[in-house]
This record gives sequence, C-alpha cells and structure tokens, in this order.
Amino acid sequence: MEYLLSEQQKTIQGLARRIAEERILPVRAELDEKEEFPWAIMKDLAESDLFRVFLPEAYEGLGGGCLDLCLVVEEISRVCSAVAISYAATALGSFALLEYGTEEQKRKYLPDIAAGKKLAAFALTEPTAGSDAGAIKTTAKKVDGGYVLNGTKQFITNGGEAELYTLIILTDPSRGARGASAVLVEKGTPGFLFGKKEKKMGIRASATRELVFQNCLIPEQNLIGREGMGFLMAMKVFDRSRPGIAAQAVGLAQGALDTAVDYARQRIQFGHPIIALPVIQDKLADMAIQVEAARALTYAVARTIDSGAKNFTAESSMSKVFASDTAMKVTTEAVQVMGGAGYMRDYPIEKMMRDAKITQIYEGTNEVLRGTIAAELRKRKTKRE
Amino acid sequence: MNIIVCLKQVPGTTKVSIDPQTNTLVRQGIKNIVNPFDTYALEEGVRIKEKHGGKVTAISMGPPQAEEMLREAISTGADEAILLSDRSFAGADTLATSYTLARAINKIKEDNLVICGRQTIDGDTGQVGPELAEMLGIPFIAYVSRIEEINNGRIRVQRLVEDGHEIIESTLPAVITVVKEINTPRLPSLRGMSKAKSAVITTWTAQEIGADKEMVGLSGSATRVIKIFFPQRVRHGEMLQGSPESQAASLIDKLRQAKLI
Repeated sequence: MEYLLSEQQKTIQGLARRIAEERILPVRAELDEKEEFPWAIMKDLAESDLFRVFLPEAYEGLGGGCLDLCLVVEEISRVCSAVAISYAATALGSFALLEYGTEEQKRKYLPDIAAGKKLAAFALTEPTAGSDAGAIKTTAKKVDGGYVLNGTKQFITNGGEAELYTLIILTDPSRGARGASAVLVEKGTPGFLFGKKEKKMGIRASATRELVFQNCLIPEQNLIGREGMGFLMAMKVFDRSRPGIAAQAVGLAQGALDTAVDYARQRIQFGHPIIALPVIQDKLADMAIQVEAARALTYAVARTIDSGAKNFTAESSMSKVFASDTAMKVTTEAVQVMGGAGYMRDYPIEKMMRDAKITQIYEGTNEVLRGTIAAELRKRKTKRE
Repeated sequence: MNIIVCLKQVPGTTKVSIDPQTNTLVRQGIKNIVNPFDTYALEEGVRIKEKHGGKVTAISMGPPQAEEMLREAISTGADEAILLSDRSFAGADTLATSYTLARAINKIKEDNLVICGRQTIDGDTGQVGPELAEMLGIPFIAYVSRIEEINNGRIRVQRLVEDGHEIIESTLPAVITVVKEINTPRLPSLRGMSKAKSAVITTWTAQEIGADKEMVGLSGSATRVIKIFFPQRVRHGEMLQGSPESQAASLIDKLRQAKLI
C-alpha cells in the first residue's frame, strides 16, 4: 500500500526497522523471559536519534509529528511490543510539557528527552482510579515555594526507569476532577519512592511500577499550565498519544501475520504446505485485511493530528480501539494457524498474543473509548441542529 | 586526534564472477557493502574522537559507486570522506592499494592514527594495513582488541595473539588494524544521515595525490592472480547395512576407530 510518506518518514521507518531486526530480534525472547528493561536498546534508539522524531527542532528534535512517532512504534512493535511501549511511553510522558509547558520548562527538559538521555513517564492511574480517572486521590498541597505531594500512582509504564514524570494530582481535593493539576517530578526528589515492579502477562520487558509520594516537595515552577487544568490536559494528552498505541497494535498484528504466513508456507500436513488449505487461506486473508485497515486508519488519524486539527478525540479513540481489537484477533488467529507450535514458548507468536491484550486495556479501555466515541457522535449531532 | 579510517567496499554476496582477463572480481552490478571489519575500525575511530576530540576522515580507494559507502560512514560518525578514484587504480593488488592509500594519507599530513579492519572479506589477505604502515614509515600494530590509553603522543593497546593477549605501546602516528572484538559498531543516526546526504565527498585522482602511474593499479601490482577456482570437495559416504542394532554397533565401532568418541 502506498501511504505517501515523505523521504524523511521513509528514512525513519527504515532505520527503526533496521534496529528492530538487528538489535531487538536477537534478544526479544530473553528480555521477555527475564522481564528485563531493554536499556541497551533504548541506547541504540537514542544514538540513532529516534527519540528526536516527535519533538520540535527548537528543543533538539527533528520536528516530526504523530505520524513519525507512529512509524517508529509500529516498526519496533513488529518485533517486540514491550520495547515499543518503553519508547512510546517517553513520548506520552513529554506531551503535557510540550503542549502546555512554559518555554523555560521545555528548554530545561526536552533536549535531554530528545537525546534519549532521559526517559519520561506519565502517571494518572491510582489503585482507586482507573477508567474513573476523576477519582484520583494523590494530593499536592501548596506550601511556601512549592507543592508537597502525597499518594500513590499505580501501573506506571517506565516507572523506576524514567527520569522525568508527569503526574496528574489534586491541588484542590474539594473540587474533584476540577481540582486536578499536572506537575513534573524528577526521579531522585526526596519523598518520591518506587513501589513494587509488576509481573505482567505481556509486554514483560517493559517496566511497570508503583510511584509512592511521601511528603515529596517539588518547586512551584514544576506545575504545568494552570492549577485545575490537570484533568483536561490528561484527556488532551491521551487524544494525542492513542494513535501511538494503535501503531503498537498494528506492528504487533503485522508481526504475527508475517510469522503465521512463514509458518504456513513451511508446515507440511496432508502432503502440502498448510497455506494451500482453504481454511488457512481464509484466516490469513482476513488477518491481512484487518491489519491493513488498522494501519490505514492509524496513519489517517496521525495525519489529521499533524494537520493541526483542534478536536480529534473521536478519531484518536477509533484508531486505538480498532487497531487493538485487530491485534488481539490477529495474534490469536496466528497462534491458531501455527497450532501446537504456536502455543509453545520456543516460537515468538504466543508472546505476541500475550502482548496484544494490553493494547485493549491501557490509555483508555476500549469500552471507555467506545463510550467516548458515542458521546462525540451525540455532541456533533447536537451542534449541527 | 586526527584519525584516518580506511574503508573498502566489498561484494555483499558470495555470488560473484571473475573477470577472465584479469582474474579479479567483477564488481559492476552487484550489491556492495562496507567490509564488515572496517565498520569496527570506523566505530573505534569515532569513539576515540568522542573521547579525545579531533576529526575522523574516512578514506577509500574504489570506483565512483564507493561514494555511497563513504556517505554511510559519515552517517555513523565520520566527519569527512575522501574517495580515491581513477581509472588507473583499477586491478590493484595490496601493494598498489597501500601505495595509493599512503600517497593520499601523506597528502592529508595531519594524521595521528590510521585505523584499518584486520582484513577484507573478499581479498582476505590482511596485508594492506602493514604495507601501509611500511610505506608511511610509521609503527604498526595488528589485531587490536582494545585501546587502553592514548596520551602524550603514545598509544597503548591490547592485541589478540594466538593464545592470549599482548599489551603494546607505540608512539604516534601509527597504523593499527582492529578485530571485531573491539566494539559493537553503532547504527546510523537520523542527524548523521541527513548530514551524509548533503556532505561533499572529496574525490582525488592519481594526479591529485601525486601518484606514480607505474605504482598504481594493475601496473603497480607486484602480484598477478593466475587462476581462481573452487576447491574440489571429496566426501566419502558409507551406507551401513543390516538391522538397526547391528548398524548402531558398527557405527559405534567406526566412531571409536576415528577416535571421535
């Protein structure tokens, strides 16, 4: 399919693919088995300037947008989704700063993110606040010269590994979601501790940890935007980041499809490669249709965002829901095509199936996002009347 | 530190043909890659530059198409690249090649360290490095596996020998060849690739490096390839007969006789 990528985007895609095949493929099974954070690969990605693609040139970036980010995530995810999310979570962790930060804040932090010297993370979820993000309890009490943080964030991707954290916390608990604000916290700040590292079903090489704040004092200038805007900012950040998860899902699905096709060409049963069997052909064809449709939607949404559109909540949610459902379906079918071999951990496909599940859950469950899409449909209809 | 790294383009495939006239490789129309050993030389050069400052110049003798490889060298950290290209360079053996490289390196003058890969994967001679040092009249260290220190015009390295390592110190300038154990070459960077795209690759001809026409290319080569052929492989297979048990027993006997078990 011709997606009319620019020369620069083709270069980015080619380089990401090369890193995925040369550096990630040989170690992905081991990283998964040992649940080991892929620092060596993060270094490769940094040295190749891939952390620069989604940041403006003013902050040492390459001035690319959402599509450039998606191309990198997709290529990495085609080989290892856990590595892809560790990379993508840094983009997520820098979006609030990029969109709402002051010039001074951006100059302080973004060049190090662009160079890949520091990873970033975004923290909203808490033990009692998942889909109901408005129910967060972590507080930031205004004191002389700053804020004192107390509370616990849960399931934070890149937790413990990242140097820079964007938190959504309550500066005014009496106002609920309207009292939420976004702040930056650096690793190593006294009173900022890491809880347990989670053991996960999939994306096991990525780090997921609890962030614990015990009377953690941060300077006033770490507030992003204005007090009370935190929840709105979080929603806007997710609108921008969801195509990245869609790209992760597309990469996963493509990787699973490629693996299944290779296997079906080689596996002889009843005297022929099983790819000659109509039932297998039907499966592979359906998988291919879904993957390409998911990719087309993801790229279209990324381009919509890059064109400077104002509201893309529905579109961004659509790409994430469709691509993640596709990834789950396609990886499950790929295991089925490979039969017993697909179920064994010697083959990469069961990992892909385990990795796919999270894409339906994080950055807004697909259930919540379908609700969001429906709400947008209603809103648009009302506006027209 | 001014570092010169010598690179060579080699066929990226084993399906090559031989020119029946010259008995050398036909290099036209096949996909070329950087000689893998040279990528370690380039990486080490770039690392030395990053640590001690200075400049890395990549240099290659080859047809105009080698420019592509030199651009790749820039995308992985070389600052400048020079292509030595002239019809008269064609058909060079190691002697004529190192003469040509030496003339070019003499022209650059400000070199402190020349780094080559241990050998190429096409010619496989491993002679250009030492010959180059001889022609430049400077010290030479082969099979370097680690650079321990560069200080006050001296270099101390660890080099691979048959049953261990040697630590050698030398004055600079010097020529070293490196083995693959020395580092893991980096991948290109996006900024490097964009720099490479617009980089000017300097091309020097025989005249520009003041080379004697009789010393370069086929006419400057002391050796001639008489014949290239594939060695005949003779395998003696033997089929064991009889019941599985007696076959197993006679296989054990044969393996014992061959002292394999």
